[in-house]
Amino acid sequence: MMIRVENLVKTYGDVKAVQGISFDVAEGEIFAFLGPNGAGKTTTIKMLTTLLKPTSGAVEIDGLNPARHQNDVRKKFGIVFQDPSLDDELTAWENMDLHGALYGVPRKLRAERSEQLLKLFELFDRRNDPVKQFSGGMRRRLEIARGLLHTPKILFLDEPTLGLDPQTRNQLWTHVKKLNEDERTTVFLTTHYMEEAERVAQRIAIIDHGRIVAQGTPQELKQQTGAETLEQAFLALTGSTIRDESAGSIDQMRNMAKMFRGNRR
Amino acid sequence: MTAIYVLWLRQVKRYVRSRPRIIASLGQPLLFLLAFGFGFGPIFQRAGQGNYIQFLAPGVIAMTILFTAIFSGIELIWDRQFGFLKETLVAPVPRILIMIGRTLGGATVSLIQGFIVVLICLGAGFRTSNFAQLPLSFVFLALIAIMFTALGTAIASVLSDFQGFQLIMNFLVMPIFFLSGALFPLNGLPKALDILASIDPLTYGVDGLRSSLIGVAHFSVATDLAVLSVLTAACLGLGSYLFSKIQL
Repeated sequence: MMIRVENLVKTYGDVKAVQGISFDVAEGEIFAFLGPNGAGKTTTIKMLTTLLKPTSGAVEIDGLNPARHQNDVRKKFGIVFQDPSLDDELTAWENMDLHGALYGVPRKLRAERSEQLLKLFELFDRRNDPVKQFSGGMRRRLEIARGLLHTPKILFLDEPTLGLDPQTRNQLWTHVKKLNEDERTTVFLTTHYMEEAERVAQRIAIIDHGRIVAQGTPQELKQQTGAETLEQAFLALTGSTIRDESAGSIDQMRNMAKMFRGNRR
Repeated sequence: MTAIYVLWLRQVKRYVRSRPRIIASLGQPLLFLLAFGFGFGPIFQRAGQGNYIQFLAPGVIAMTILFTAIFSGIELIWDRQFGFLKETLVAPVPRILIMIGRTLGGATVSLIQGFIVVLICLGAGFRTSNFAQLPLSFVFLALIAIMFTALGTAIASVLSDFQGFQLIMNFLVMPIFFLSGALFPLNGLPKALDILASIDPLTYGVDGLRSSLIGVAHFSVATDLAVLSVLTAACLGLGSYLFSKIQL
């Protein structure tokens, strides 16, 4: 198993962001984590990627505990974050190069791969422009290109296609599938686009209110709910209320907790 | 080592590219040097203390480094808010190296800023009497720069936004500057002020600078060096510890 999660819990004060989820992701698998806003997807990813300590429960990344063996775990994965993580003052090329250097990619290979990826995501002509001059879509493309620069065993993609045009989305998923096939990269992704999940993921877990409500292949989920499409299955499992408000309050609580506890736990 | 270097380089690049910031941050030292320097100069002279610009310049240089260094450390909050911090925190690099890279970058930036102010001081008539001790002055400048960048990083590690920033300015940074003897001699101070000055880390930095630049010292150079080195190590330790505990 590449990722093992057992009874994982994260609470912020009284707010339970993740309430006892369990799942496994096998090596070489593409696993999708679907859920409405504020369901606990990003919190889970943060716990898997050493950014946040779980309140309780067990996590293993390729056999190691991210809370204890932070550095060894960090060597195993790459991540494309949901929210921005570029340095605006640096150029696209400098952002790529900095990333490669931090991940120990040798200089020559770094340059080769940066060029290749920037061309793939059509940013090569703008490589020497500072990121602050980039549009939202260009930044997103750069984040993805950067996330693919080193070749990790596990790739975390947290809503990578948010705000991208269909062409770029297609480019991304083609590339991810290729990585998965050629290098047996394990992929853990979250997305709001059901047809994407259905297209690329071998297995899917649906999370709502911090709990996993269903898990299986897209086919199994559809059968389980008697739905024709994954989108219908998703709505059948999670209901049709809009969740922005609860997401807001969790975020607020999180911010409050951060302020008061100085963000250390 | 690569990690330290690239993070250092990033800080320096960001500084060099923000020209408005460089110019803006020269306003304050310039004002202190010209308004205080020439304003209090005659009184200082009549009190038998000699040339005030000579006395003040090391203090203003130290002040510049103090402010720039604390700000460079606190820039961490920007990186947290704009997201770049995440990128470095998931990288397979021990956090202490990330912290050291950032700190050395911030310290380098404040040293550059300090050197610009040295040039301004020379323009205002400041002259050093002792060229052989210039390397020693540099050691003092570097210690001040590293210590306060690390302190800024330590503070920023426990803050998630700028709400506490004003508090830190008014109750930490300003007192460190005003109580350090950067503006006045430490001889014959009231007891309370004397105690405050002697627990202020910058006091030893200013004193060491004055001693090496103009040959005037309140403590001995050995004391200044020892106190600054210990405090710099302590700030680095504290900064690394708090930085390693950051969760997002």
